Amino acid sequence: MTQRLRNKAVATDTGRILIAMVSIALKRITKDFAKKRVLDDVSLQVENGEFVAILGPSGCGKTTMLRLIAGFEQMNSGTIHFNDEIIASPERNLPPEKRNVGIVFQNYALWPHMNVEQNVGYALKIAGVSSDERRRRSLDALATVAMENFAGRAPADLSGGQRQRVALARCLAANPSVMLLDEPLANLDVHLRASMEREFSDFHRRTRATMIYITHDQSEAMALADRIAVMDAGRVMQFARPHELYREPRNEMVARFIGNGLVLPVADLQRGRADGTVNVDIFGHRSEVRARKDQAKLAGASLGVHPDDLKLADSPVEGFAAEVERITYRGSHVQVHFRPRHAPDLSLSLHAPHDRPVSAGDTISVCVGDGWVIPEAA
Amino acid sequence: MTDIAAVMPGERRPVPAIRLGPETLTLGILVIFVATISLAPLGRLALTAIAPDGTLDLASTWSVLARPRVFTAALNSLYVALASTLLAVVLGSIAAVLTVHGNIRFKAVWVFGFVLPLMIPPQVTALAWVQAFSPTSPVLGLFGLALTPGVRHPLFSAGGIIFLLGIYNAPLVFLTVRAALRRLPANLAEAARASGAGNLQLVFTVLLPLARAGIFAGAAIAFVSAIGNFGIQAMLGIPARFPTLITLIYQQLNSYGPSGLSDMAALSLLLSLITVIALGLSNWLGGRGDVRVEEGGRPAEIDLGRWRLPVEAGAWLYLSATLLLPLSALFATSLVKGFGQQLGWDTLTLTNYANALFHHASIRDAFATSLLLTVTAVLLLSVISLVLAYFISWKKSPLVRLIQMAAELSYVLPGIVLGVAMILYFLRPLPLLGFSIYGTIWIILAAYLSNFLALALRPLLGGFSQIDRSLEDAARVAGAGFVQRMRDIILPMLAPAVIAGGIIVFMSALNEIQVSILLVSSSARTIGPMIVFLEEGGSSTLAAAVGCLMILIVLALMGIASLFANRLPKGALPWRD
Ligand SMILES: Nc1ncnc2c1ncn2[C@@H]1O[C@H](COP(=O)(O)OP(=O)(O)OP(=O)(O)O)[C@@H](O)[C@H]1O
Ligand SMILES: [Mg+2]
Repeated sequence: MTQRLRNKAVATDTGRILIAMVSIALKRITKDFAKKRVLDDVSLQVENGEFVAILGPSGCGKTTMLRLIAGFEQMNSGTIHFNDEIIASPERNLPPEKRNVGIVFQNYALWPHMNVEQNVGYALKIAGVSSDERRRRSLDALATVAMENFAGRAPADLSGGQRQRVALARCLAANPSVMLLDEPLANLDVHLRASMEREFSDFHRRTRATMIYITHDQSEAMALADRIAVMDAGRVMQFARPHELYREPRNEMVARFIGNGLVLPVADLQRGRADGTVNVDIFGHRSEVRARKDQAKLAGASLGVHPDDLKLADSPVEGFAAEVERITYRGSHVQVHFRPRHAPDLSLSLHAPHDRPVSAGDTISVCVGDGWVIPEAA
Repeated sequence: MTDIAAVMPGERRPVPAIRLGPETLTLGILVIFVATISLAPLGRLALTAIAPDGTLDLASTWSVLARPRVFTAALNSLYVALASTLLAVVLGSIAAVLTVHGNIRFKAVWVFGFVLPLMIPPQVTALAWVQAFSPTSPVLGLFGLALTPGVRHPLFSAGGIIFLLGIYNAPLVFLTVRAALRRLPANLAEAARASGAGNLQLVFTVLLPLARAGIFAGAAIAFVSAIGNFGIQAMLGIPARFPTLITLIYQQLNSYGPSGLSDMAALSLLLSLITVIALGLSNWLGGRGDVRVEEGGRPAEIDLGRWRLPVEAGAWLYLSATLLLPLSALFATSLVKGFGQQLGWDTLTLTNYANALFHHASIRDAFATSLLLTVTAVLLLSVISLVLAYFISWKKSPLVRLIQMAAELSYVLPGIVLGVAMILYFLRPLPLLGFSIYGTIWIILAAYLSNFLALALRPLLGGFSQIDRSLEDAARVAGAGFVQRMRDIILPMLAPAVIAGGIIVFMSALNEIQVSILLVSSSARTIGPMIVFLEEGGSSTLAAAVGCLMILIVLALMGIASLFANRLPKGALPWRD
């Protein structure tokens, strides 16, 4: 264990840089800051070469988790394993400089007194790589982010996006087994984000590095990640593939958090026509929705739906009755705010096309196109 | 792809939570260092003061402090310190308001001139002022204002001491008030203007109240500096027979030698208590009320209108009076053979300079010793303060906080108190080595390291607060260990702050007198006390020449430092705008 995890150069003749992969397991980790529990019994298994996104509201412990993996913080209980090897526990801790992780920081953290090439080659210098070899590999790494022509520049003379690329190249050149990225795109403008997003995805496809990527942006996470861990208040709520998170949220928090989901109270669950469906009563109208195969027949449950799943029904028998409260013009569509007649306390909204004019005070009929019975209803 | 198992050996050797790595080792060395040069001597001082014979004996402490002479000296100390602080606060605040907000011309030059007295050793200042009023003063003589021989010198009095201390410390208040005023955004002043406030109302109802924390901080520094200013108190107070606590301690050592140490310890403890209480008080007064503002923006400008010319004239007159008057007198004295001679073509001589530089072995040695000690202190403190600032900024722990407090304490306590503490602690032979460093230059070095550590630390703490910690984290994940991170990342980024700290320490150590006055011996003399010895020995012209040389060195240093000014952190050089 005292030996460094950093391994020898793995540069192939094509100049492509391969990364030694590692699987990461967090087991039952808790972390307190001054008596405040920031991570609460977190377990997570990230496979070799997997791209995992961590998603969650501000302050839920994402950065803390990343810093634990990197070795900057110590946990109160639990263990972290790299390839089944314990590298951190409350008693023993491999320091960050020996873990062979790479981090891309939100603020880039480029060293201002070194030029781009020196920044990128620093880890190699520490590892004792000869200066010719170092130069070659730094330029290789810069080439993967199309920055090889900026090698002699000072970080201060680069734009935000260019700095982000250099930070990525620096991480890459160090040849880490794990790449940790803490909101790497948060400081960039919308257009740059889109192109950097593509670059991350290319980058991951080429290197197959194990990556843990923190973001606030759901669409970013959905686009990039193999799996997404949704966190809330120091706990992992669900860890699943993007479409699964969207279609089959495990609890109400995930259901509401992902894709502006809505949670509707439903009653009288009956077996549906097909496996994995149930027939439920939604505000007085019976609909067929998705559910777990083993979903119990309950008197009441919560249904997760997305705004697009609620539609204006063609006839009153096809949906539940509701009162239109007000209308908001949204360009491509109008947003109709309404209250179900069976639950007037609840304010919901749906997107209606322009060719279905409704106005405040109208009675409409709303049908639920798709829904999912949340298994862990509160 | 590589098999990861190959690079991760299967055996599981436990990694202990606290490893004896270079980082822990460094912290350990820091702790031992600060304990040796600060904590232990000060602890020893306190112990000697209250338990002279090893057992708690407050009665004997009281018997020392209750002597009428001590009581008078303590009152005198308080009196001159408070009165001069008042003077310094008034002068410094006016200067700060005018230079920050007034539309006066040639501000940068004026700021330089106003701060310059702070850079000149206080004993040189005192000497220069004494000579400014001497019968042969070139400036006053010109106007026929010089004193006639035989009249008691007006500066050899409590008023003289207060006057000089006030002028000497005004720049300290100036710097803190200026910093506080500059934080205030212009829109606060604009809002006051829009409410109908005139210039004076603006200054007294908005600007100064909001700069209150700065004013009290400046007052505290001025008080501490005044009560511990040996140079001025000794040069004026001893001939005036006006005893203060520090001149009493000094004379005690001169008359009784180390046998009077327990009395000196009691006096030092009293002086320390006064200092600490004053600091606490000012902290409390300055901290009351909410003066938080959103920082940033340019300070509001006050148009002085038709008052501009008179104000400028007054400002320049002040500078000439505080700089030209004394310095020209000092320079003139250094150029004549005997004290009291008129400076003219026939009396003009460079003998004093030749003597100071070449013929007087003790002066030459003192210069050499001071340079050696100063350079050594600067080098050691640069390294130590860099590492210490790192721990204080990024690796907080109770131990680190204790080190920082010890460093601060050694800095704010009057230098003479530190001197007593050093004697007490280092008088006995060192363990293992078997000899005592008392009477050698090493005890002076220890005192310098102790006294100036906090000074070197200040710009570095500022530097650390400006760099993001993720820069170090990034180096850690790149595999760099503690020593490599210090060398490759932290030192290069903080080099300007290290240099700034070095310059300040260099000037302070070269100028100081109060720390080494008790520690010098015939074989280990620094240049600061030399002037007092020469003046006491009647060699006023030689003393003047040495003083001029010291000013020259200071000016040269300031010039060199100014060359690098734009690469140094903002505010690192106090005399720069
Ligand atoms: N060094 C620290 N000391 C004390 N509390 C801390 C520290 N670092 C983080 N916290 C607290 O831990 C909680 C989680 O912080 P963390 O930075 O992990 O959140 P995050 O999910 O990354 O949030 P964001 O999305 O805003 O970056 C917060 O309540 C924060 O205030
Ligand atoms: Mg965060």
